[in-house]
Amino acid sequence: MTSTISAAVKSSRMTNAPPYDLARVRQDFPILTRQVFGKPLVYLDNGASAQKPRQVIDTMRDVMENDYANIHRGVHFLSQRATDRYEAARDKVARFIGAETREIVFTRNATEAINLVASSYGRTFLERGDEIVVSEMEHHANIVPWQLLETERGIRIRVVPVDDVGNLRMDVYASLLGPKTRLVALTHCSNVLGTVTPAEEIVRLAHASGVPVLLDGSQAVVHRKVDVKALDVDFYAFTGHKLYGPSGIGVLYGKYEMLAKMPPYQGGGDMIRSVSFAGTTFKDPPERFEAGTPAIVEAIGLGAAIDYVAALGHDAIAGHEAMLLDYATRRLSAIPGLKIYGHAPEKAAIIAFTLEAAHAHDIGTIVDRAGVAVRTGHHCAQPLMERIGVSATARVSFGLYNTTGEADVLVDAVKSVREIFG
Amino acid sequence: MSMADELRDLYQEVILDHGKHPRNFRHPADSNCQAHGHNPLCGDTLTVYLKLDDGHVIRDVAFEGRGCAISTASASMMTEILKGKTEAQAKAIFDAFHHLCTEGDDVSIPPELEEEADRLRVLSGVRQFPMRVKCATLAWHTLNAAIAGKPEVSTE
Repeated sequence: MTSTISAAVKSSRMTNAPPYDLARVRQDFPILTRQVFGKPLVYLDNGASAQKPRQVIDTMRDVMENDYANIHRGVHFLSQRATDRYEAARDKVARFIGAETREIVFTRNATEAINLVASSYGRTFLERGDEIVVSEMEHHANIVPWQLLETERGIRIRVVPVDDVGNLRMDVYASLLGPKTRLVALTHCSNVLGTVTPAEEIVRLAHASGVPVLLDGSQAVVHRKVDVKALDVDFYAFTGHKLYGPSGIGVLYGKYEMLAKMPPYQGGGDMIRSVSFAGTTFKDPPERFEAGTPAIVEAIGLGAAIDYVAALGHDAIAGHEAMLLDYATRRLSAIPGLKIYGHAPEKAAIIAFTLEAAHAHDIGTIVDRAGVAVRTGHHCAQPLMERIGVSATARVSFGLYNTTGEADVLVDAVKSVREIFG
Repeated sequence: MSMADELRDLYQEVILDHGKHPRNFRHPADSNCQAHGHNPLCGDTLTVYLKLDDGHVIRDVAFEGRGCAISTASASMMTEILKGKTEAQAKAIFDAFHHLCTEGDDVSIPPELEEEADRLRVLSGVRQFPMRVKCATLAWHTLNAAIAGKPEVSTE
C-alpha cells in the first residue's frame, strides 16, 4: 500500500493538483476489502461497471428506509419527499455536465438514452436517404439503434474510420458531412481503445453543416470534466453504473429546443398532461420522456455518486488515472508477446491487449484466479474488433480507486499466463 | 484443490497442444454437411465440416475458426475421436462429454465407446470454471447442428 500511495502523491505533485488520498478513497468502497479465490480483489473492469462507494449505498438505503414513495403523484408527505430528492438528483446531473435541469432526461442506461433519440428524433426528422454518421469504434449501443432506423426508414449509416493509432480519421469525418447528413452520433471515448475523440471539433464541423450531434459519453464522463454547453453538443448520453452509481439509471442530455420538438417515444403515466379518448396531451420535457414510475432510488443514488466524484474533483481523478495508465502501459508493454491496441495521445485509463501465446478468454480465466477482474471478448464493439483484426482482447479499465500495486498484481498474473502457455 | 492446481487441471499439456496445433483444421473439399457455431458472449466462432455416408457414418470431420485454447482443443479432439463413428455413437459420446463437463466423472456410456469418453476426460477441468463450459462444448453443439441440417448454432 505504501508504494501505491507514494506514487499517487508523486502524480499529484506533477500535475500540481491537491494530494489524492487514495487510501481514504479505497475505504469508501466496501467491496474492495473482499477476497476472490482467496486473493484480494483487484477490480480492473470499471469500463464495464464500476463499484459503489458507501456514500451511494447509504443514500439508497436511506431513501428506502426513510423517504420512499412514488413521485409526482400523491399529496402525501413521503411522495413530496421522494419527488424532491428525485428532482434534486436531476439538478445534480445538470450541474455535473453544465446543463439546465429541464434538459436532463432520466433513462435506464446510455443504451436507452440513444434509443430514445433514435425513436423520437429519428422517426420524426429522418427520411429515406438521410444519413447518420457514426464511427468504427462505436459501442453496439451507438450502432444498433441506427440500424433499426435504417431498416425501418431506409436511412443510411456512414462510418468514420479509425487510424492505426486509434484516432478518429477527422479528414474522412469532415468529408462525410454532406447535404444528406442529418445527425452525427459518435463516441466521446472508446470503450476499447480508450481514445478520447475531439468532441469540440466534431461538433464545430457538424454545426457548420447544420447537423446536430449526439455524443455517447458513457466512458468519457467517468474520466474527465464534461461541459455540454461549452461543447455545444445537442445530445449527450451516459450511464450511471460506470460513474460509481447504481445500475438501472442513465441520462440523456438534450438541448431544450431539441427536446421540445421531439414527440414522446413511450406513453403512459407521468408523461401526460391530460388523457381522454378524444385526445391526450403531453407534458413538456423532460417529463415527456419519462413514462411510468422511473428508477427513483437509483436516480437519487446517481445523485450521490455525482456528489462523490465532484467532491474528489475531476482533475484529481484524471491525474490519478493518467498516472495509472502510464504505469500499467509501461509495465504491460515490457511483457514479451503482449500487444496493446490504441495509442491515441488523448486516452482514458483503458488498455486493451492480446498475448501471442494465449487467447483473451484464457487470459481472463487465469488472471481471475489471481483475484484480478478484467473484461475479455469483443467488448460490444465487434466492428472495431474487425478493424483491429482480432476476435477478442483482454481489457483493463482503471477506476478512481485503483493502485499501482494492483497494476503489479495484474502484470504478475499476465506473466503466469505466459508460464502456463509457454 | 488449490487455485494453481485447478488451472493446471484446466490447461493440461494435451489441451495446450491441441489448442496450439489443432488437428483436422481444414475445409475438406468433399464434405457434404456443415454448420457454423458462434458464442456471442466471447466471439468464438467455428465451422464444423462433415462427410457423412448413406449409412450415417462420419467418414471425415474437420473444422476451421478462431477461439480460445479450450474451444480449439475441444474441437480438435472431437474431430480425432469421431472419424469412423456413426451419428448415434457421436451423440452418445457428446452426452457423456457434456456430463463430464457439467456433472461429474460418473458417465454411463456403451463399453465400445468408453475409450473415447476417457480421452475427453482431460477437458473435464472446465467443471471448476462454469463460464468456460460453453467453450468446451461449442464444437459439439455445432456438430449436432450440422447433423440435424441446421446451418447456424449459437450458445448463449
